[in-house]
Amino acid sequence: MNFDYNEEQQLLADSVRRFMQKDYDFEARRKIVASAEGWSPPAWATLAEMGLLGLPFSPDYDGFGGGAVDMMSVMEAIGEALVVEPYLPTVGLAAQFIARAGSEAQKKAILPKVVAGELKMAFAQTEKGARYDLAHVATAAKKAGGGWQLDGTKCVVLGAPIADQLVVSARTSGKAGEAQGISLFLVERKAAGVTLRPYRTLDGLRAADLMLKGVELGADALIGPEGGALALIEQVTDFATALVCAEAVGAIKHANDATLEFLKTRKQFGVPIGTFQALQHRMVDMVISLEQARSMACLACSKVDNEKDSGERRRAVSAAKIRVSDACRHVSQEAVQLHGGMGMSEELKVSHSFRRLTMIALQFGDADHHLGRFAAIPARAA
Amino acid sequence: MDLSYSAEELAFRDEVRGWLAANLPAELTKKVSDYEELSRDDLLSWHKILARKGWVAPSWPREWGGTSWNVVQRYIFEEECGYAGAPPLVPFGLAMCAPVLLKFGSEAQKKRFLPRIYNGDDFWCQGYSEPGSGSDLASLKTRAVRQGEHYLVNGQKIWTTLGHFADWIFCLVRTDASVAKRQEGISFLLIDMKTPGITVRPLILMDGGHEVNEVFFEDVKVPLENLVAEEGKGWTVAKYLLGHERMNTGRIGASKRELAKLKEFAAAQTKDGRPLIEDARFRDKVTRVEVELMALEITNLRFLDQLRGGRAPGAEVSMLKIKGTEIQQALTELMMQAVGPLAQPFAPTGGAEGFDGFTAALAPRYCNFRKTTIYAGSNEIQRNIIAKMSLGL
Repeated sequence: MNFDYNEEQQLLADSVRRFMQKDYDFEARRKIVASAEGWSPPAWATLAEMGLLGLPFSPDYDGFGGGAVDMMSVMEAIGEALVVEPYLPTVGLAAQFIARAGSEAQKKAILPKVVAGELKMAFAQTEKGARYDLAHVATAAKKAGGGWQLDGTKCVVLGAPIADQLVVSARTSGKAGEAQGISLFLVERKAAGVTLRPYRTLDGLRAADLMLKGVELGADALIGPEGGALALIEQVTDFATALVCAEAVGAIKHANDATLEFLKTRKQFGVPIGTFQALQHRMVDMVISLEQARSMACLACSKVDNEKDSGERRRAVSAAKIRVSDACRHVSQEAVQLHGGMGMSEELKVSHSFRRLTMIALQFGDADHHLGRFAAIPARAA
Repeated sequence: MDLSYSAEELAFRDEVRGWLAANLPAELTKKVSDYEELSRDDLLSWHKILARKGWVAPSWPREWGGTSWNVVQRYIFEEECGYAGAPPLVPFGLAMCAPVLLKFGSEAQKKRFLPRIYNGDDFWCQGYSEPGSGSDLASLKTRAVRQGEHYLVNGQKIWTTLGHFADWIFCLVRTDASVAKRQEGISFLLIDMKTPGITVRPLILMDGGHEVNEVFFEDVKVPLENLVAEEGKGWTVAKYLLGHERMNTGRIGASKRELAKLKEFAAAQTKDGRPLIEDARFRDKVTRVEVELMALEITNLRFLDQLRGGRAPGAEVSMLKIKGTEIQQALTELMMQAVGPLAQPFAPTGGAEGFDGFTAALAPRYCNFRKTTIYAGSNEIQRNIIAKMSLGL
């Protein structure tokens, strides 16, 4: 048993944190969120230089051959600094499909560019009425002229306005909700027939709804086997869920640090409000939530890397997401409440961590969704 | 024991309900229902409709326009307004400044201000909190120094709700800094917002909305005649006002409306191909809020029944505020959870066409409602009040 990062992981964690403190403080972030593009090319270039964009990819494609555990400290730093760059959509989601199921040609064309910071990606999966059901895909892919034609609508595609390439799930047979018949396609964001309805999300990210109308693709746009993509979608979504759990730990840590500092410095009735026992106990409960969330993030990241039994993997990820979502709600609500009016203010970072934590709580399935998923998977005998 | 309204009370409720159905403008209800920001004109137009009917200030004495309704009738009226989706009546003039003037004001002050408050000619805001004085209000630092026929006011107020709409502000200020007890040396001043030296700066909240402000006072000259009660008696006035909070602080009518909307809305969302409201996990959460709301309504009626005798409300108001705000927050959270991943969009960056504004308002509304357990005496302070006043702790 060993819960420590190894030397390389620790060095990485330290350098990422230094970069965030120097170049991605709250003021810098505010400017990036308010900019027309909504992301920072210099920050992205630095992420590439530091090797963070290549962490989970094979050395054959210029990556570093790491996994979710290696990315934990990066995600935690991203959470703490409330980074809005499309790291998770690109590295944690869309490019994962290429890395895990892409053809040799797709890997060669995509992954080295992702690693170098020259290509950003997004994963277009959610549809209206799908909620968190990954099999609810109605977008149609028909064979046409030796290739494919896509028609349909995708919702809340995180990172889409920023992405160069999209991975789009679509149905090559069957109907929405069925496990069989889902396929994945590589689509250029600027391809003819792709229309974006872009927006900012509550937590300052860029996303879009995606209209696909007669989008023509070559035969080589298909990623992985035709009609059998659901298991892969689930696997990659679990990978990203584990990562977002680690991100939550960072955002929770910020909320806790800021609240503790506030309790020690804010004076009312002549004393710091942290001297009031009623508030002390609430702060302690927030710290307990952080530790429980961190433990489950460790579990999820470790299982998505190493667990061969997909049932066991899904169980661990859902358990983690339940606990982390609960912690997101608990800590974000308490952090604002204990800050009083200031916690509500746009000017304080804690209100931004509130928004990010609120969105993480529902990203890739809220606690209710994962309660249902967890309960449906039998536990493996110990 | 009989938990139902009397025949007279039911008749009164039907009268209010009928009048609201005929006189509450649909465009205002729509704005309330769609969670749109209400403008100054929206708020005032409803105020003026009620003023014309003679129902804008039920609790005032008859001679100033009150209705002589008893506490139960007032409660019924307020809850019916909330249930019908009426815009809120801004309380700063009607329910805060006016009761103070009625109790402590001079005849001249009453004549000057009360009719204008009643008719909605003046928009009022409240100058209580300061950056260093939130829960600990008595530590306030804004200074008012007597100079000839004026007070010269310097300092800063914060969290001034709708200060950017206001014509007037009532303020707690420190007129004597030399007193040993902090509660002494505080006075209650009425200040015209157009007076030179006043600056209003917006404070944007995390839902992106502008409803609160910072108000800065720099050598603001306030005529001595704008002092209410004696100099140094401001704390007595403030305490009176705290005890005068309206008995609809539970906002039960508005929450009933939101609950009905939540059920309808959740029935239109799908989970695994079925209406979300049929999902036991989600439905149980809705039911728990519904049961809590039922309990709070009966609790509220029990308190009202006790108040019929004319006793002043005590710590009950704190209890209603705590549970009422918790229920409001739970309802906004469930509305957000009902749409699942579609709660994420916030503001279009490439044109508003096709952007679902209602769905996008749900998460910001959840954010916004975190204020309810903070404002008007945080729920922590309310618990302190109950511990002290009711339990002797």
